[in-house]
Amino acid sequence: MEQKIKTVQAPDGIEGPGFFATKLSEVVGLARANSLWPMPFATSCCGIEFMATMGSTYDLGRFGSERLSYSPRQADMLMVMGTISKKFAPVIRRIYEQMAEPKWVMAVGACASSGGIFDTYSVLQGIDKIIPVDIYVPGCPPRPEQILDGILKLQEIVKKEDIRRRGTEEYDKLLKSYNIK
Amino acid sequence: MESTQIDFIPILIQLGIAGGFVAATIFISGLLGPKKSSIFKDKNYESGIDSIGNARSPFNVKYFLVAILFVLFDIEVIFMYPWAVNFREMGTDGLWKMGIFLFIVVIGLLYEMKRRALDLDD
Repeated sequence: MEQKIKTVQAPDGIEGPGFFATKLSEVVGLARANSLWPMPFATSCCGIEFMATMGSTYDLGRFGSERLSYSPRQADMLMVMGTISKKFAPVIRRIYEQMAEPKWVMAVGACASSGGIFDTYSVLQGIDKIIPVDIYVPGCPPRPEQILDGILKLQEIVKKEDIRRRGTEEYDKLLKSYNIK
Repeated sequence: MESTQIDFIPILIQLGIAGGFVAATIFISGLLGPKKSSIFKDKNYESGIDSIGNARSPFNVKYFLVAILFVLFDIEVIFMYPWAVNFREMGTDGLWKMGIFLFIVVIGLLYEMKRRALDLDD
């Protein structure tokens, strides 16, 4: 019988009767990737598309992200959806600072990625000016399929991330280059 | 078939493992997971904005009274919805029962008015 429900595949490892051995980093990566709790930061129309993404037709919950976290303390990924003005930049940076490690950032839509059509004095030309971004989703606004695709791509990044990365000097340097304390 | 208390020890072990696993995973993930702290991270989360003032300030007791009154009438309305839906089925019997219920609530309302709880201006 064909299996309709797809479950997460076990990582490569040595299998035997009654035991399974693999690398810890792959298990941790698998656990992290399939339970990414989003912190939605929706300021405009991309946020409306995100609502559709969380709805029953597209259902982000299928990928382990059904629990939206409206506090940065429990969130794993910050999803910035919409136009971010320069006055709003400190707010978004504070939210990123207050998220618990490990944390990832997703810029959804043209505005969050690059400022979009708002090439004006008041709009931040992409959130990567203030915080490090892991994945960009193009579109103005992107369709829910595109947001899902972005999350699946982010899951690949999370799976491959070294478990020691957040303690390395490079990571500290990266944060320092964004002036994040 | 007879069973003694000894037979229930596996259940006890099962409970211990279930509780122990939860406690151990929470404890170990906090111990091994990456963490960074800074003065900005340790501040209260106020939607990304610095918090202003102190939340522990005195405010008018009238707010509390309004909240309590709301609970009273909220429950009344919750009971009235199913009554309205089943109005015909419940018949005169239901009318009497709801009448008694509403009478009790109205006594509460009259008490509030007598105690001037609804005079929000003074």
